[in-house]
Amino acid sequence: MKLLNKKNILCALAIFSIYAIAGLLINIGFIDSYIFLNIVLIGINIILAVSLNLITGFTGQFSLGHAAFMSIGAYASGIITAKLGQPFLIGIIGAALFSAMAGIIIGIPTLRLKGDYLAIATLGFGEIVKIIGLNNDYIGGAIGLNDIPQYTTWSCLYALVVITVLLISNFIKSYHGRACISIREDEIASEAMGVNTTYYKVLVFTMGAFFAGIAGALYANYFYFIKPDSFGFMKSIDILVIVVFGGMGSITGSIIGAILLSVISLFLQSIPELRMVVYSLILFFIMIYRPQGLMGKSDFKFFKKRGVLSGHTESK
Amino acid sequence: MAILRVNDLYKSFGGVKAVSNINISIEGGEIAGVIGPNGAGKTTFFNLLTGIYSPSSGEITYNIKKEIPSKNLKPHKMTSYGIARTFQNIRLFKNMSILDNVLIGYHNNLSYGVIPSLFRLPSYYKNEEKAYNEVLELLKIFNLSDKKDEVARNLPYGEQRKVEIARALAAKPKLLLLDEPAAGMNPNETKELTSLITWIKDEFDLTIILIEHDMSLVMGICSKVFVFNYGTLIASGTPDEIQNNPQVITAYLGGE
Repeated sequence: MKLLNKKNILCALAIFSIYAIAGLLINIGFIDSYIFLNIVLIGINIILAVSLNLITGFTGQFSLGHAAFMSIGAYASGIITAKLGQPFLIGIIGAALFSAMAGIIIGIPTLRLKGDYLAIATLGFGEIVKIIGLNNDYIGGAIGLNDIPQYTTWSCLYALVVITVLLISNFIKSYHGRACISIREDEIASEAMGVNTTYYKVLVFTMGAFFAGIAGALYANYFYFIKPDSFGFMKSIDILVIVVFGGMGSITGSIIGAILLSVISLFLQSIPELRMVVYSLILFFIMIYRPQGLMGKSDFKFFKKRGVLSGHTESK
Repeated sequence: MAILRVNDLYKSFGGVKAVSNINISIEGGEIAGVIGPNGAGKTTFFNLLTGIYSPSSGEITYNIKKEIPSKNLKPHKMTSYGIARTFQNIRLFKNMSILDNVLIGYHNNLSYGVIPSLFRLPSYYKNEEKAYNEVLELLKIFNLSDKKDEVARNLPYGEQRKVEIARALAAKPKLLLLDEPAAGMNPNETKELTSLITWIKDEFDLTIILIEHDMSLVMGICSKVFVFNYGTLIASGTPDEIQNNPQVITAYLGGE
């Protein structure tokens, strides 16, 4: 158990080579701006899905308000970079912190609720955020916030995706993460073993919100323009679909899910009339034949591990 | 010095008196048995002891590392006070490996923060390695070390019980509460469990309180037995005294 083992070095190499190859392809123009737009969307979806997976997949708290955290992050970054003229880094940090703060404020009262009730409460929170956005003139109301500088580049997108995935999977594989998974498995037993369930639920909710805020900042600073409607209930459902599709409790699943679903809907754009029908059918069949999602609860492993210290195990 | 003292404990749910007038004191190093017919209030009593319910009136005072008054009993704080429990209907984390299950029991003995866990700081490696080694040691004692990566729900019933006890022991308790440890076991498994309980008591220097219906187990290992019926304590004493107590015989076999 050291930081610099074979596995980590190879992972770092893989991460860096993907970055370099894609960066090169963008530079020589092989990846045009249309494909890049989709890459940005995939990156944002990965951050959103992995962070929602932490809340819903690993800790078992059913949240339907994830888009609201993204919206808080998007508006925070939009205001900081466009209205206050600050650099992007401050925008991202501000977005993450504002979202996380909203996560704490919403988490403390609502996380007493369980299952369906929590879902309804978070859904309500999402609508409240949207309505506030629609009625606030400072941020443009229903027209939205315009003229946000486009700061999102390949480098910062990739860096933030990698950071999110790394931090969340590190968290999951620590004793904190194990505690969260035990809450999903059996809350009463988990509490009897000394896990402060309320603390962990709020912590995870806050972390999820933090990363959703970062995704929001990337979104706002790529598309110039944000409006409250883009972060409605349907956006939350989209993120949840990725998580369920990839497998609740699998980080690799969320990444693959985000990429696959984006690619599928990209190809379906050639048949606009049938797009949503085919998309729904694909989801339908996946859920029938693989209800646990693409990856189930397991994570893709490069090497067979000795001395397992992961929080989860492969489902058989 | 009594490790646990219960004074005039009373708990009601609406109009139902679940337990009332319980006065018990348990010394360190004892194995105490709680018996009684179904619905006698044994599990409610356990839930009161572990902070899941709070008493309507009366006091539960532990004296383990320090004195812990009634009002500080919260389920998630019990292990830090040195009290661990198992459940009547096994409550393992079914989709986690045996190793992870027992590591959860170790939860309160780990103390590195969230930041070291996010960034894999040295304290992460130090703590996790220590936890891993200690838990593996514990699994060896229970003959489970070759099954450590098995998912809990794939284990046979008897072994799931063992894992649950191992998980409770991983919290390094001084007082262990066992809720019907022999439920659903055959006579052979019960026998094995009986010797396991006496063995862990000496090995880990424990005080054990157990609820049990299996009289051979209770009479075989308990130094003190408490008999509940209709929410009250009807008798207490050594197994021999209890077996000859007319009130107990009436409660179990019915009076004339």
